[in-house]
Amino acid sequence: MKKSLPMLVMGACTLYFLVPIWWLLVAASKSRGEFSSTNPLWFADFKLIDNLRELFAYRDGVFLRWLGNSIVYTGGAALLGTVLAAMCGYALAKYRFPGREAIFNVVLSGVLVPATALALPLFLIFSQFNATNTFWSVFLPSLVNPFGVYLARIYATASVPDELLEAARLDGSGEVRTFFTVSTKLMFPALVTIFLFHFVAVWNNFLLPLIMLGNERLFPVTLGLYTWNTQVNQHPELRMLVLTGALVSIIPLVIAFLLLQRFWRNGLGSGAIK
Amino acid sequence: MRFPMRSLGIVLTSALALTACSSGSDDEATTAAGAASCAPSSGPVTLNYTTWIPGIENVVKVWNDANPNIQVKVQTGPNGNGGTYQNFFNQLKAGNAPDLGHIEYDALPSFRVQDGLENLAACDEVTAAKDQFVDWTWGQVTFGEDNSVYGIPQDAGPMALFYRKDLFEKNNIPVPTTWEEYAAAAEKVKAAGGYITNFSQSDINQFAGLAWQAGGRWFANDGSKWTVSMTDENTTKVANYWQGLIDKKLVSAVPPWTTEWDNAYNTSKAWTWVSAVWGANSIMSGAPDTSGKWAVAPMPQWTSGGNVAGNWGGSATAVFKGSKHPYEAAKFALWLNTSEEALTLLNKEAQLYPATKAGASLPALKQGVDFYGGQAIYDVFAQASTQVAPDFVWGPTMTSTYATASDGFKAAVSGSGTLTDALTKAQATTIENLKSQSIPVAE
Repeated sequence: MKKSLPMLVMGACTLYFLVPIWWLLVAASKSRGEFSSTNPLWFADFKLIDNLRELFAYRDGVFLRWLGNSIVYTGGAALLGTVLAAMCGYALAKYRFPGREAIFNVVLSGVLVPATALALPLFLIFSQFNATNTFWSVFLPSLVNPFGVYLARIYATASVPDELLEAARLDGSGEVRTFFTVSTKLMFPALVTIFLFHFVAVWNNFLLPLIMLGNERLFPVTLGLYTWNTQVNQHPELRMLVLTGALVSIIPLVIAFLLLQRFWRNGLGSGAIK
Repeated sequence: MRFPMRSLGIVLTSALALTACSSGSDDEATTAAGAASCAPSSGPVTLNYTTWIPGIENVVKVWNDANPNIQVKVQTGPNGNGGTYQNFFNQLKAGNAPDLGHIEYDALPSFRVQDGLENLAACDEVTAAKDQFVDWTWGQVTFGEDNSVYGIPQDAGPMALFYRKDLFEKNNIPVPTTWEEYAAAAEKVKAAGGYITNFSQSDINQFAGLAWQAGGRWFANDGSKWTVSMTDENTTKVANYWQGLIDKKLVSAVPPWTTEWDNAYNTSKAWTWVSAVWGANSIMSGAPDTSGKWAVAPMPQWTSGGNVAGNWGGSATAVFKGSKHPYEAAKFALWLNTSEEALTLLNKEAQLYPATKAGASLPALKQGVDFYGGQAIYDVFAQASTQVAPDFVWGPTMTSTYATASDGFKAAVSGSGTLTDALTKAQATTIENLKSQSIPVAE
């Protein structure tokens, strides 16, 4: 009996989170007429394949291009951003130099500034260099990850022993080499956590591309779908494309989570304890 | 895939307000300038054109192929209120606005007061084109100012009555020609188990179209000051009329543009819709099961035998301040919105209804439409387009006006407050808003 209440709560939560995805799956499998006239939580004629075909064919496959853009923006920024955050956090944890705490505090305060508030100033800065509406205008700002620096520092302090670094130095290993061959291995769970956080943050950063980009071929999938969705009022044929597109666009996120969640849980746990 | 647009808007506007403060001083120098010169550039020119019209590339390609010296590059994004207008303002501040932009009539005044539009009155070809356009659409881009043209009218949304011909006939209800008859029909429709229409709690634009028809004039500008009158006699008449239908539960109130809304039309729950010309497509794709059962009639009148129509929507192609090639930009905008070739393509790709007089007789707009029982429905709209009063003016802060009014309308529909309350509130916030942006208001 004692266990049934938590199970009930968990069950309700699971349902709460899964129903929208179920709805999306069902909705994306219908034709436009059936979408408005049939039970929203159960299948009618199964048209998912047709919808997918239409989605990928619409306007010379621009959706596929958006998906590719998203993966490049997000994957690239998360990968590079994680390396930068790890190096920065590691340096702050393992080296003593003047201004260390000051730098760390500045980075920490960066956590408090939401990405949305930075989008417009960034736009004005990039305008000065005539660099708006380019790949770089979205990619470069996405590399910055103050929370990642914070996590990396905490984790490096706890998991990379100074003695080990001493030993590496005595063996003649340079600092950079030590970082990449010894320290990153020890920090791996934290790095995965940082990567995932960063991945999700960039994937969801919608305002920056909205403000920066005017060229449809550069859009990430979130902005592309949003663009279509704002036009549904006057072009209702876009509705099914938005729904099917939304379903397709969550697949990369699901894959990233399934592949990395093992490490992620570890990282979160140890970050919390140490 | 629904984003909280209101909060996004607030973030964006507050950010804009910040930048506006920091660079306020240099604006004053430029507002005094009148129509700039309009001379052809030497050598080949590339124009940037931002719009969200689907399939626009195909239209622009026709121009680019024929004009190697004036190439147009299309940029795109979400629809105006979905973020593109905000981007235009940001780009104007940053000094890298595109040459041309797609702006709906109700948003043009906000660009005008921010001094974001190039006055095309200096271009002879533009002023000469005036007579090609339906009078009221030209009024939308000149704001009644002398010697001014702030964009080329593109499309229009003349309104008419979409109704379920089969249901009206079957139940022996005459098709209403006046609003009085419409209310009487509403009772009979209710008795037959339907709703005469769905009162749209968030399309303040539709309500504005109804007020426009009734003679309401929400804004006026005498050249120095703005007047706001959303509670004048005519608008109040319209508000009270719909309030009556809501109170008697003769209209449904499902949120517009949703599945339930489509469903209400698809399942014969809703029998009519007083909407714009582009609404033809909305019903067609939202209510596919009712194909062949619809018809279109002129919108109900306030006086028996009257012939006044309202307008809902429509947009212009504007040239932004700072464009290095206003002459070429105006030339392209004129071609885009007056040539039969471009208008036919725009209608085919995006169902745009032309703002030119000649546009109403495009072959595509003369045919019968199967969904509407073969009726040549666009003839009704062509007629309506000539019956729209030319002197309706939009205010410079419509986004916030709409937001306040729509909050009030939602409350009214759920039984707290009335439509008139909502309009009174919207008027007050609008005046406040104008003042806070240092736009002069007459009270």
